[in-house]
Amino acid sequence: MDMYREIILDHARTPHHPGILNPADFDHEEHNPLCGDRLHLTMRVNSERIITDIAWDGEGCAISQATASMLGDELLGKSLDEITKLTKDDVFEMVGIPLTINRVKCALLSLKTLVIATQSATDWEAIEDKE
Amino acid sequence: MNTAPASTQFDLEAIRADFPILSQIHHDDIPLVYLDNAATSQKPNRVIEATSIYYREYNANVHRGIHKLSEEATSAYENARLKVRKFINTSSKREVIFTRGTTEGINLVAQTWGRANLKAGDVVVSTVMEHHSNIVPWQILASEKGFRIVYVPVDQNGLLDLPFLENVLANEPVKLVTLMHVSNVLGTVNPIAEVVQKAHQAGALVLVDGAQSTPHMPIDVQALDVDFFVFSGHKMLGPTGSGVLYGRRAHLEAMPPWMGGGDMISSVKLSGSTWNDLPYKFEAGTPSIAEAIGLGYAIDYLSEVGMDKIHQHEQAITAYALEQLNAVEGIHIYGPSAEQKGAVAAFTVDGIHAHDIAQILDSEGVAVRAGHHCAMPLHEHLGVSATARASFYLYNRFDEVDRLVSALHKARKTFRL
Repeated sequence: MDMYREIILDHARTPHHPGILNPADFDHEEHNPLCGDRLHLTMRVNSERIITDIAWDGEGCAISQATASMLGDELLGKSLDEITKLTKDDVFEMVGIPLTINRVKCALLSLKTLVIATQSATDWEAIEDKE
Repeated sequence: MNTAPASTQFDLEAIRADFPILSQIHHDDIPLVYLDNAATSQKPNRVIEATSIYYREYNANVHRGIHKLSEEATSAYENARLKVRKFINTSSKREVIFTRGTTEGINLVAQTWGRANLKAGDVVVSTVMEHHSNIVPWQILASEKGFRIVYVPVDQNGLLDLPFLENVLANEPVKLVTLMHVSNVLGTVNPIAEVVQKAHQAGALVLVDGAQSTPHMPIDVQALDVDFFVFSGHKMLGPTGSGVLYGRRAHLEAMPPWMGGGDMISSVKLSGSTWNDLPYKFEAGTPSIAEAIGLGYAIDYLSEVGMDKIHQHEQAITAYALEQLNAVEGIHIYGPSAEQKGAVAAFTVDGIHAHDIAQILDSEGVAVRAGHHCAMPLHEHLGVSATARASFYLYNRFDEVDRLVSALHKARKTFRL
Protein backbone atom coordinates (compact mmCIF):
# COMPACT_ATOMS: atom_id res chain seq x y z
CA MET A 1 0.00 0.00 0.00
CA ASP A 2 1.53 3.27 -1.04
CA MET A 3 -0.41 6.05 0.62
CA TYR A 4 1.98 8.67 -0.66
CA ARG A 5 1.75 8.01 -4.37
CA GLU A 6 3.21 10.70 -6.63
CA ILE A 7 -0.03 12.53 -7.41
CA ILE A 8 -0.81 13.01 -3.70
CA LEU A 9 2.67 14.36 -3.03
CA ASP A 10 2.47 16.71 -6.06
CA HIS A 11 -0.83 18.20 -4.91
CA ALA A 12 0.35 18.43 -1.30
CA ARG A 13 3.62 20.17 -2.24
CA THR A 14 2.03 22.58 -4.73
CA PRO A 15 -1.68 22.76 -3.95
CA HIS A 16 -3.93 24.22 -6.65
CA HIS A 17 -6.21 27.17 -5.80
CA PRO A 18 -4.35 28.56 -2.79
CA GLY A 19 -5.52 31.73 -1.03
CA ILE A 20 -8.64 33.49 0.13
CA LEU A 21 -11.19 35.13 -2.20
CA ASN A 22 -12.62 38.42 -1.04
CA PRO A 23 -15.45 39.00 -1.70
CA ALA A 24 -16.78 35.43 -1.94
CA ASP A 25 -20.24 33.88 -2.26
CA PHE A 26 -19.31 31.04 0.08
CA ASP A 27 -16.89 31.26 2.98
CA HIS A 28 -16.45 28.45 5.51
CA GLU A 29 -13.73 26.85 7.65
CA GLU A 30 -13.54 23.35 9.12
CA HIS A 31 -11.07 21.50 11.34
CA ASN A 32 -9.96 17.92 11.79
CA PRO A 33 -8.96 17.51 15.42
CA LEU A 34 -7.10 14.26 14.69
CA CYS A 35 -4.27 15.82 12.65
CA GLY A 36 -4.89 19.47 13.48
CA ASP A 37 -5.86 20.03 9.83
CA ARG A 38 -7.57 23.31 8.96
CA LEU A 39 -9.28 24.16 5.68
CA HIS A 40 -10.80 27.52 4.79
CA LEU A 41 -12.89 27.49 1.62
CA THR A 42 -13.87 30.63 -0.33
CA MET A 43 -15.82 30.25 -3.55
CA ARG A 44 -17.64 32.34 -6.15
CA VAL A 45 -20.51 31.34 -8.44
CA ASN A 46 -22.04 33.14 -11.46
CA SER A 47 -25.70 33.91 -12.08
CA GLU A 48 -26.24 30.36 -13.38
CA ARG A 49 -24.90 28.97 -10.06
CA ILE A 50 -21.76 27.69 -11.80
CA ILE A 51 -18.58 27.67 -9.72
CA THR A 52 -16.19 30.18 -11.31
CA ASP A 53 -13.54 30.72 -8.63
CA ILE A 54 -12.37 28.62 -5.72
CA ALA A 55 -9.64 29.02 -3.13
CA TRP A 56 -8.40 26.95 -0.21
CA ASP A 57 -6.44 28.32 2.70
CA GLY A 58 -5.17 26.18 5.53
CA GLU A 59 -2.62 23.71 6.71
CA GLY A 60 -2.51 20.04 7.51
CA CYS A 61 -1.41 16.62 6.42
CA ALA A 62 -0.65 15.69 2.82
CA ILE A 63 -3.88 13.71 2.51
CA SER A 64 -6.18 16.56 3.58
CA GLN A 65 -4.36 19.23 1.55
CA ALA A 66 -4.00 17.09 -1.58
CA THR A 67 -7.66 16.08 -1.60
CA ALA A 68 -8.67 19.75 -1.26
CA SER A 69 -6.45 20.61 -4.19
CA MET A 70 -7.84 17.79 -6.36
CA LEU A 71 -11.42 18.51 -5.33
CA GLY A 72 -10.91 22.16 -6.34
CA ASP A 73 -9.97 21.03 -9.89
CA GLU A 74 -13.14 18.94 -10.02
CA LEU A 75 -15.41 21.72 -8.78
CA LEU A 76 -14.51 24.48 -11.23
CA GLY A 77 -17.18 24.78 -13.92
CA LYS A 78 -19.67 22.60 -12.05
CA SER A 79 -23.04 23.89 -10.85
CA LEU A 80 -24.09 23.98 -7.20
CA ASP A 81 -26.79 21.43 -8.05
CA GLU A 82 -24.26 19.03 -9.55
CA ILE A 83 -22.03 19.11 -6.49
CA THR A 84 -24.87 17.98 -4.21
CA LYS A 85 -24.39 14.56 -5.82
CA LEU A 86 -20.80 14.21 -4.58
CA THR A 87 -20.23 11.24 -2.26
CA LYS A 88 -17.46 9.90 -0.06
CA ASP A 89 -16.64 7.40 -2.81
CA ASP A 90 -15.92 10.23 -5.28
CA VAL A 91 -13.23 11.48 -2.91
CA PHE A 92 -11.87 8.00 -2.21
CA GLU A 93 -11.62 7.43 -5.98
CA MET A 94 -9.71 10.70 -6.35
CA VAL A 95 -7.28 9.70 -3.60
CA GLY A 96 -6.93 6.31 -5.27
CA ILE A 97 -5.44 4.49 -2.26
CA PRO A 98 -7.08 2.55 0.55
CA LEU A 99 -7.50 4.70 3.67
CA THR A 100 -7.51 3.51 7.26
CA ILE A 101 -10.32 4.60 9.59
CA ASN A 102 -8.51 7.55 11.17
CA ARG A 103 -7.23 8.87 7.80
CA VAL A 104 -10.71 8.88 6.26
CA LYS A 105 -11.39 12.03 8.31
CA CYS A 106 -8.37 13.73 6.69
CA ALA A 107 -9.42 12.79 3.17
CA LEU A 108 -13.00 13.94 3.69
CA LEU A 109 -12.23 17.30 5.29
CA SER A 110 -12.43 19.22 1.99
CA LEU A 111 -15.75 17.62 1.01
CA LYS A 112 -17.07 18.28 4.53
CA THR A 113 -16.08 21.96 4.27
CA LEU A 114 -17.70 22.24 0.84
CA VAL A 115 -20.97 20.55 1.84
CA ILE A 116 -21.36 22.57 5.03
CA ALA A 117 -20.53 25.78 3.10
CA THR A 118 -23.02 25.18 0.30
CA GLN A 119 -25.66 22.99 2.00
CA SER A 120 -25.72 22.24 5.74
CA ALA A 121 -24.09 20.30 8.56
CA THR A 122 -27.02 17.88 8.49
CA ASP A 123 -26.45 17.19 4.79
CA TRP A 124 -22.81 16.51 5.54
CA GLU A 125 -23.62 14.06 8.34
CA ALA A 126 -25.98 12.20 6.02
CA ILE A 127 -23.15 11.84 3.48
CA GLU A 128 -20.60 10.86 6.12
CA ASP A 129 -22.86 8.27 7.76
CA LYS A 130 -23.79 6.56 4.49
CA GLU A 131 -22.31 3.04 4.69
CA MET B 1 -35.63 -34.12 45.60
CA ASN B 2 -35.58 -31.72 42.70
CA THR B 3 -38.92 -31.01 41.07
CA ALA B 4 -37.93 -27.77 39.37
CA PRO B 5 -38.75 -27.50 35.67
CA ALA B 6 -35.92 -27.26 33.15
CA SER B 7 -35.48 -24.32 30.79
CA THR B 8 -37.18 -24.84 27.46
CA GLN B 9 -35.82 -21.66 25.88
CA PHE B 10 -32.21 -22.70 25.28
CA ASP B 11 -29.47 -25.07 26.36
CA LEU B 12 -28.94 -23.69 29.84
CA GLU B 13 -25.94 -25.88 30.64
CA ALA B 14 -24.15 -24.75 27.47
CA ILE B 15 -24.76 -21.13 28.47
CA ARG B 16 -23.54 -21.74 32.03
CA ALA B 17 -20.35 -23.27 30.66
CA ASP B 18 -19.56 -19.89 29.05
CA PHE B 19 -19.41 -18.20 32.48
CA PRO B 20 -16.31 -19.36 34.38
CA ILE B 21 -17.43 -17.90 37.73
CA LEU B 22 -20.61 -20.00 37.80
CA SER B 23 -18.69 -23.23 38.32
CA GLN B 24 -17.01 -21.75 41.40
CA ILE B 25 -17.23 -23.57 44.72
CA HIS B 26 -18.41 -20.96 47.19
CA HIS B 27 -17.80 -22.32 50.71
CA ASP B 28 -17.04 -25.83 51.90
CA ASP B 29 -17.89 -27.71 48.71
CA ILE B 30 -21.08 -25.69 48.15
CA PRO B 31 -21.45 -24.51 44.56
CA LEU B 32 -22.25 -20.83 44.00
CA VAL B 33 -25.85 -19.79 43.35
CA TYR B 34 -25.55 -16.27 41.97
CA LEU B 35 -28.81 -14.35 42.45
CA ASP B 36 -27.49 -10.78 42.59
CA ASN B 37 -27.83 -10.00 38.90
CA ALA B 38 -29.68 -6.73 39.43
CA ALA B 39 -26.50 -5.42 41.10
CA THR B 40 -24.19 -6.73 38.40
CA SER B 41 -24.16 -9.67 36.03
CA GLN B 42 -21.44 -12.25 35.56
CA LYS B 43 -19.32 -12.16 32.38
CA PRO B 44 -18.95 -14.80 29.69
CA ASN B 45 -15.49 -15.90 28.50
CA ARG B 46 -16.00 -14.02 25.26
CA VAL B 47 -16.24 -10.65 27.04
CA ILE B 48 -13.34 -11.39 29.41
CA GLU B 49 -11.20 -12.44 26.45
CA ALA B 50 -12.19 -9.46 24.29
CA THR B 51 -10.93 -6.96 26.88
CA SER B 52 -7.82 -9.05 27.49
CA ILE B 53 -7.05 -9.28 23.75
CA TYR B 54 -7.37 -5.50 23.43
CA TYR B 55 -4.73 -5.01 26.14
CA ARG B 56 -2.48 -7.78 24.83
CA GLU B 57 -2.66 -7.14 21.12
CA TYR B 58 -3.88 -3.68 20.08
CA ASN B 59 -3.88 -1.40 23.13
CA ALA B 60 -3.74 2.19 21.84
CA ASN B 61 -5.70 5.42 22.14
CA VAL B 62 -8.63 5.94 19.80
CA HIS B 63 -9.35 8.68 17.21
CA ARG B 64 -5.84 10.08 17.50
CA GLY B 65 -3.07 7.83 16.37
CA ILE B 66 -2.16 7.17 12.77
CA HIS B 67 -0.35 3.96 13.63
CA LYS B 68 -1.77 0.48 13.09
CA LEU B 69 -2.62 -0.17 16.74
CA SER B 70 -4.64 3.03 17.00
CA GLU B 71 -6.44 2.22 13.77
CA GLU B 72 -7.38 -1.21 15.16
CA ALA B 73 -8.47 0.20 18.52
CA THR B 74 -10.53 2.92 16.81
CA SER B 75 -12.20 0.37 14.53
CA ALA B 76 -13.08 -1.91 17.45
CA TYR B 77 -14.38 0.98 19.58
CA GLU B 78 -16.53 2.37 16.74
CA ASN B 79 -17.72 -1.12 15.85
CA ALA B 80 -19.00 -1.46 19.44
CA ARG B 81 -21.01 1.73 18.87
CA LEU B 82 -22.61 0.17 15.77
CA LYS B 83 -23.53 -2.93 17.80
CA VAL B 84 -25.27 -0.72 20.39
CA ARG B 85 -27.06 1.21 17.64
CA LYS B 86 -28.54 -2.00 16.29
CA PHE B 87 -29.26 -3.50 19.74
CA ILE B 88 -31.49 -0.61 20.88
CA ASN B 89 -32.44 0.55 17.35
CA THR B 90 -31.33 4.19 17.34
CA SER B 91 -31.82 5.98 14.03
CA SER B 92 -28.16 7.01 13.87
CA LYS B 93 -24.86 5.90 15.40
CA ARG B 94 -24.36 9.55 16.38
CA GLU B 95 -27.12 9.12 18.97
CA VAL B 96 -25.07 6.53 20.87
CA ILE B 97 -22.89 8.24 23.52
CA PHE B 98 -20.55 5.97 25.49
CA THR B 99 -20.57 6.67 29.25
CA ARG B 100 -19.28 4.89 32.35
CA GLY B 101 -22.81 3.73 33.14
CA THR B 102 -26.39 4.71 33.88
CA THR B 103 -25.50 7.16 36.64
CA GLU B 104 -23.14 9.09 34.37
CA GLY B 105 -25.77 9.16 31.61
CA ILE B 106 -28.40 10.73 33.87
CA ASN B 107 -25.91 13.24 35.29
CA LEU B 108 -24.87 14.17 31.75
CA VAL B 109 -28.47 14.96 30.77
CA ALA B 110 -29.06 16.87 34.03
CA GLN B 111 -25.90 18.95 33.65
CA THR B 112 -26.35 19.77 29.94
CA TRP B 113 -30.00 19.61 28.86
CA GLY B 114 -31.18 20.29 32.42
CA ARG B 115 -28.82 23.18 33.08
CA ALA B 116 -29.75 24.81 29.77
CA ASN B 117 -33.52 24.29 29.98
CA LEU B 118 -34.73 24.10 33.60
CA LYS B 119 -35.46 27.21 35.61
CA ALA B 120 -37.44 28.38 38.65
CA GLY B 121 -41.15 27.63 38.23
CA ASP B 122 -40.54 24.51 36.09
CA VAL B 123 -41.41 21.01 37.25
CA VAL B 124 -39.51 17.76 36.80
CA VAL B 125 -41.57 14.62 37.41
CA SER B 126 -39.86 11.58 38.86
CA THR B 127 -41.28 8.61 40.80
CA VAL B 128 -41.14 7.21 44.33
CA MET B 129 -39.65 3.95 43.03
CA GLU B 130 -36.55 5.55 41.44
CA HIS B 131 -32.97 4.50 42.09
CA HIS B 132 -30.98 7.28 43.79
CA SER B 133 -29.20 7.90 40.49
CA ASN B 134 -32.45 9.28 39.06
CA ILE B 135 -33.30 11.40 42.11
CA VAL B 136 -30.08 12.97 43.38
CA PRO B 137 -28.80 14.51 40.09
CA TRP B 138 -32.12 16.37 39.78
CA GLN B 139 -32.07 17.45 43.44
CA ILE B 140 -28.56 18.86 42.99
CA LEU B 141 -29.65 20.85 39.95
CA ALA B 142 -32.96 21.90 41.55
CA SER B 143 -31.15 23.38 44.55
CA GLU B 144 -29.24 25.57 42.12
CA LYS B 145 -31.98 26.42 39.59
CA GLY B 146 -35.04 26.48 41.83
CA PHE B 147 -37.34 24.15 39.86
CA ARG B 148 -39.59 21.67 41.68
CA ILE B 149 -39.47 17.87 41.60
CA VAL B 150 -42.80 16.05 41.89
CA TYR B 151 -42.73 12.29 42.61
CA VAL B 152 -45.40 9.96 41.22
CA PRO B 153 -46.55 7.60 44.02
CA VAL B 154 -46.60 3.82 43.84
CA ASP B 155 -49.77 1.87 44.67
CA GLN B 156 -50.14 -1.22 46.89
CA ASN B 157 -49.31 -3.55 43.99
CA GLY B 158 -46.11 -1.67 43.23
CA LEU B 159 -47.50 0.03 40.13
CA LEU B 160 -47.20 3.71 39.24
CA ASP B 161 -50.17 5.94 40.00
CA LEU B 162 -50.86 6.98 36.40
CA PRO B 163 -53.89 9.22 37.19
CA PHE B 164 -51.56 11.20 39.49
CA LEU B 165 -49.09 11.59 36.62
CA GLU B 166 -51.85 12.72 34.24
CA ASN B 167 -53.03 15.25 36.79
CA VAL B 168 -49.53 16.71 37.22
CA LEU B 169 -49.01 16.87 33.46
CA ALA B 170 -52.35 18.67 33.04
CA ASN B 171 -51.85 21.21 35.82
CA GLU B 172 -48.13 21.87 36.22
CA PRO B 173 -45.46 23.29 33.87
CA VAL B 174 -43.70 19.93 33.47
CA LYS B 175 -40.52 20.03 31.38
CA LEU B 176 -39.26 16.49 31.97
CA VAL B 177 -40.56 13.13 33.13
CA THR B 178 -37.69 10.94 34.30
CA LEU B 179 -38.37 7.35 35.35
CA MET B 180 -37.04 3.83 35.42
CA HIS B 181 -38.16 1.25 32.85
CA VAL B 182 -38.02 -1.65 35.33
CA SER B 183 -37.77 -1.24 39.11
CA ASN B 184 -34.63 -2.74 40.66
CA VAL B 185 -36.62 -3.61 43.80
CA LEU B 186 -40.27 -4.16 42.87
CA GLY B 187 -39.53 -5.48 39.41
CA THR B 188 -42.39 -3.33 38.12
CA VAL B 189 -42.26 -2.85 34.34
CA ASN B 190 -43.44 0.71 33.83
CA PRO B 191 -45.68 1.47 30.80
CA ILE B 192 -43.08 3.64 29.05
CA ALA B 193 -44.87 4.06 25.72
CA GLU B 194 -48.00 5.27 27.54
CA VAL B 195 -46.03 7.63 29.79
CA VAL B 196 -44.17 9.03 26.77
CA GLN B 197 -47.38 9.67 24.87
CA LYS B 198 -48.94 11.55 27.79
CA ALA B 199 -45.75 13.49 28.53
CA HIS B 200 -45.26 14.53 24.90
CA GLN B 201 -48.88 15.67 24.68
CA ALA B 202 -48.13 17.95 27.63
CA GLY B 203 -44.94 19.19 25.96
CA ALA B 204 -42.55 17.42 28.36
CA LEU B 205 -39.53 15.29 27.44
CA VAL B 206 -38.97 11.79 28.83
CA LEU B 207 -35.78 10.22 30.16
CA VAL B 208 -35.85 6.48 30.80
CA ASP B 209 -33.43 4.65 33.08
CA GLY B 210 -33.02 1.34 31.28
CA ALA B 211 -30.48 -0.17 33.69
CA GLN B 212 -32.85 -3.00 34.67
CA SER B 213 -34.61 -3.45 31.32
CA THR B 214 -31.89 -3.42 28.65
CA PRO B 215 -30.20 -6.59 30.00
CA HIS B 216 -33.48 -8.51 30.08
CA MET B 217 -35.79 -7.61 27.19
CA PRO B 218 -35.66 -6.33 23.60
CA ILE B 219 -35.33 -2.52 23.53
CA ASP B 220 -36.35 -0.27 20.66
CA VAL B 221 -35.83 3.39 21.58
CA GLN B 222 -37.65 4.59 18.46
CA ALA B 223 -40.71 2.47 19.18
CA LEU B 224 -40.70 3.68 22.81
CA ASP B 225 -40.38 7.23 21.39
CA VAL B 226 -38.25 8.30 24.38
CA ASP B 227 -36.09 11.44 24.34
CA PHE B 228 -33.25 9.98 26.42
CA PHE B 229 -32.48 6.37 27.36
CA VAL B 230 -29.58 5.30 29.57
CA PHE B 231 -28.16 1.95 30.64
CA SER B 232 -25.08 0.23 32.06
CA GLY B 233 -22.94 -2.41 30.39
CA HIS B 234 -22.01 -4.31 33.55
CA LYS B 235 -25.57 -5.47 34.24
CA MET B 236 -25.77 -7.04 30.77
CA LEU B 237 -22.67 -9.27 30.71
CA GLY B 238 -20.34 -6.36 29.85
CA PRO B 239 -17.46 -4.79 31.79
CA THR B 240 -17.89 -2.29 34.63
CA GLY B 241 -17.26 1.26 33.43
CA SER B 242 -19.22 0.76 30.22
CA GLY B 243 -22.57 2.35 29.51
CA VAL B 244 -24.64 4.25 27.00
CA LEU B 245 -26.68 7.42 26.73
CA TYR B 246 -29.10 7.48 23.81
CA GLY B 247 -30.49 10.91 23.00
CA ARG B 248 -32.73 12.04 20.21
CA ARG B 249 -30.49 13.72 17.63
CA ALA B 250 -32.13 17.15 17.80
CA HIS B 251 -31.75 17.29 21.60
CA LEU B 252 -28.10 16.23 21.50
CA GLU B 253 -27.33 18.81 18.79
CA ALA B 254 -28.88 21.58 20.88
CA MET B 255 -27.29 20.55 24.19
CA PRO B 256 -24.07 22.20 25.36
CA PRO B 257 -21.19 19.83 26.13
CA TRP B 258 -20.68 18.56 29.68
CA MET B 259 -17.07 17.68 30.33
CA GLY B 260 -14.49 19.62 28.36
CA GLY B 261 -11.21 18.17 27.16
CA GLY B 262 -9.66 16.13 24.42
CA ASP B 263 -11.64 14.43 21.65
CA MET B 264 -14.74 16.61 22.24
CA ILE B 265 -13.36 19.66 20.44
CA SER B 266 -13.17 20.69 16.82
CA SER B 267 -10.73 23.53 17.46
CA VAL B 268 -9.28 25.09 20.59
CA LYS B 269 -7.96 28.63 20.82
CA LEU B 270 -7.13 30.54 23.97
CA SER B 271 -9.97 32.91 23.03
CA GLY B 272 -12.50 30.04 22.87
CA SER B 273 -13.24 26.62 21.43
CA THR B 274 -15.67 24.87 19.09
CA TRP B 275 -17.16 21.41 19.64
CA ASN B 276 -16.68 18.20 17.76
CA ASP B 277 -19.58 16.49 15.97
CA LEU B 278 -21.87 13.98 17.69
CA PRO B 279 -21.25 11.68 19.46
CA TYR B 280 -17.73 12.91 20.29
CA LYS B 281 -19.01 16.23 21.69
CA PHE B 282 -20.04 14.25 24.79
CA GLU B 283 -17.04 11.89 24.99
CA ALA B 284 -14.31 14.09 26.48
CA GLY B 285 -11.01 12.48 27.34
CA THR B 286 -9.78 8.99 26.62
CA PRO B 287 -12.91 6.83 26.84
CA SER B 288 -13.23 3.40 28.49
CA ILE B 289 -11.95 1.68 25.35
CA ALA B 290 -11.59 -1.92 26.56
CA GLU B 291 -14.93 -1.62 28.34
CA ALA B 292 -16.81 -0.35 25.28
CA ILE B 293 -15.28 -3.11 23.16
CA GLY B 294 -16.28 -5.64 25.84
CA LEU B 295 -19.83 -4.28 25.86
CA GLY B 296 -19.96 -4.89 22.11
CA TYR B 297 -19.06 -8.54 22.69
CA ALA B 298 -21.69 -8.81 25.45
CA ILE B 299 -24.27 -7.52 22.97
CA ASP B 300 -23.14 -10.14 20.44
CA TYR B 301 -23.63 -12.83 23.09
CA LEU B 302 -27.09 -11.62 24.16
CA SER B 303 -28.21 -11.23 20.55
CA GLU B 304 -27.07 -14.74 19.63
CA VAL B 305 -29.04 -16.25 22.52
CA GLY B 306 -31.95 -13.93 21.66
CA MET B 307 -33.45 -11.24 23.88
CA ASP B 308 -36.95 -12.68 23.45
CA LYS B 309 -35.80 -16.09 24.67
CA ILE B 310 -33.89 -14.56 27.57
CA HIS B 311 -36.99 -12.62 28.58
CA GLN B 312 -39.18 -15.71 28.41
CA HIS B 313 -36.71 -17.78 30.43
CA GLU B 314 -36.60 -15.07 33.10
CA GLN B 315 -40.39 -14.75 33.20
CA ALA B 316 -40.67 -18.48 33.80
CA ILE B 317 -38.00 -18.55 36.51
CA THR B 318 -39.50 -15.47 38.23
CA ALA B 319 -42.97 -17.02 38.26
CA TYR B 320 -41.49 -20.22 39.72
CA ALA B 321 -39.52 -18.24 42.32
CA LEU B 322 -42.57 -16.23 43.46
CA GLU B 323 -44.58 -19.43 43.79
CA GLN B 324 -41.88 -21.22 45.82
CA LEU B 325 -41.05 -18.18 47.97
CA ASN B 326 -44.69 -17.61 48.83
CA ALA B 327 -44.71 -20.97 50.60
CA VAL B 328 -42.06 -19.76 53.09
CA GLU B 329 -43.72 -18.88 56.38
CA GLY B 330 -43.59 -15.19 57.38
CA ILE B 331 -42.38 -13.99 53.96
CA HIS B 332 -43.51 -10.72 52.35
CA ILE B 333 -42.69 -10.26 48.66
CA TYR B 334 -42.83 -6.72 47.28
CA GLY B 335 -44.03 -5.64 43.87
CA PRO B 336 -46.53 -6.85 41.28
CA SER B 337 -47.31 -10.41 40.20
CA ALA B 338 -44.94 -12.36 37.95
CA GLU B 339 -46.49 -11.40 34.62
CA GLN B 340 -46.03 -7.67 35.36
CA LYS B 341 -42.56 -8.05 36.75
CA GLY B 342 -38.90 -8.18 35.79
CA ALA B 343 -36.60 -10.92 37.07
CA VAL B 344 -36.48 -9.62 40.65
CA ALA B 345 -37.94 -10.77 43.96
CA ALA B 346 -37.41 -8.43 46.94
CA PHE B 347 -38.71 -9.79 50.23
CA THR B 348 -38.59 -9.69 54.01
CA VAL B 349 -39.11 -12.56 56.44
CA ASP B 350 -40.80 -11.82 59.77
CA GLY B 351 -38.38 -12.06 62.67
CA ILE B 352 -35.15 -11.88 60.63
CA HIS B 353 -33.47 -8.69 59.38
CA ALA B 354 -32.62 -8.68 55.66
CA HIS B 355 -28.89 -8.50 56.40
CA ASP B 356 -29.10 -11.63 58.53
CA ILE B 357 -31.02 -13.39 55.76
CA ALA B 358 -28.31 -12.49 53.26
CA GLN B 359 -25.59 -13.68 55.66
CA ILE B 360 -27.20 -17.07 56.19
CA LEU B 361 -27.99 -17.45 52.47
CA ASP B 362 -24.33 -16.73 51.73
CA SER B 363 -23.24 -19.51 54.07
CA GLU B 364 -25.39 -21.79 51.90
CA GLY B 365 -23.69 -20.52 48.74
CA VAL B 366 -26.59 -18.27 47.70
CA ALA B 367 -25.57 -14.70 46.78
CA VAL B 368 -28.36 -12.13 47.17
CA ARG B 369 -28.35 -8.46 48.05
CA ALA B 370 -29.75 -6.96 51.24
CA GLY B 371 -30.39 -3.31 52.04
CA HIS B 372 -32.27 -0.44 50.46
CA HIS B 373 -30.85 -1.14 46.97
CA CYS B 374 -30.18 2.58 46.39
CA ALA B 375 -33.93 3.21 46.70
CA MET B 376 -34.42 4.66 50.18
CA PRO B 377 -37.59 6.65 49.32
CA LEU B 378 -39.21 3.46 48.00
CA HIS B 379 -38.31 1.53 51.17
CA GLU B 380 -39.72 4.35 53.28
CA HIS B 381 -42.93 4.06 51.23
CA LEU B 382 -42.95 0.26 51.76
CA GLY B 383 -42.46 0.83 55.48
CA VAL B 384 -39.32 -1.32 55.73
CA SER B 385 -35.71 -0.26 56.25
CA ALA B 386 -34.27 -3.09 54.18
CA THR B 387 -35.27 -5.98 51.95
CA ALA B 388 -33.44 -9.04 50.69
CA ARG B 389 -33.40 -9.30 46.91
CA ALA B 390 -32.95 -12.28 44.62
CA SER B 391 -32.53 -11.33 40.97
CA PHE B 392 -32.19 -13.69 38.02
CA TYR B 393 -30.55 -13.80 34.61
CA LEU B 394 -30.31 -16.00 31.55
CA TYR B 395 -27.90 -18.46 33.21
CA ASN B 396 -29.97 -19.14 36.35
CA ARG B 397 -31.46 -22.62 36.78
CA PHE B 398 -34.82 -23.38 38.30
CA ASP B 399 -33.18 -25.59 40.92
CA GLU B 400 -31.24 -22.56 42.10
CA VAL B 401 -34.59 -21.19 43.28
CA ASP B 402 -34.94 -24.40 45.30
CA ARG B 403 -31.51 -23.73 46.85
CA LEU B 404 -32.68 -20.21 47.77
CA VAL B 405 -35.86 -21.51 49.39
CA SER B 406 -34.14 -24.25 51.39
CA ALA B 407 -31.56 -21.68 52.60
CA LEU B 408 -34.46 -19.49 53.76
CA HIS B 409 -35.85 -22.42 55.73
CA LYS B 410 -32.43 -22.80 57.31
CA ALA B 411 -32.42 -19.09 58.21
CA ARG B 412 -35.77 -19.46 59.98
CA LYS B 413 -34.45 -22.49 61.85
CA THR B 414 -31.31 -20.58 62.90
CA PHE B 415 -33.52 -17.81 64.28
CA ARG B 416 -35.72 -20.40 66.08
CA LEU B 417 -38.77 -19.38 64.02
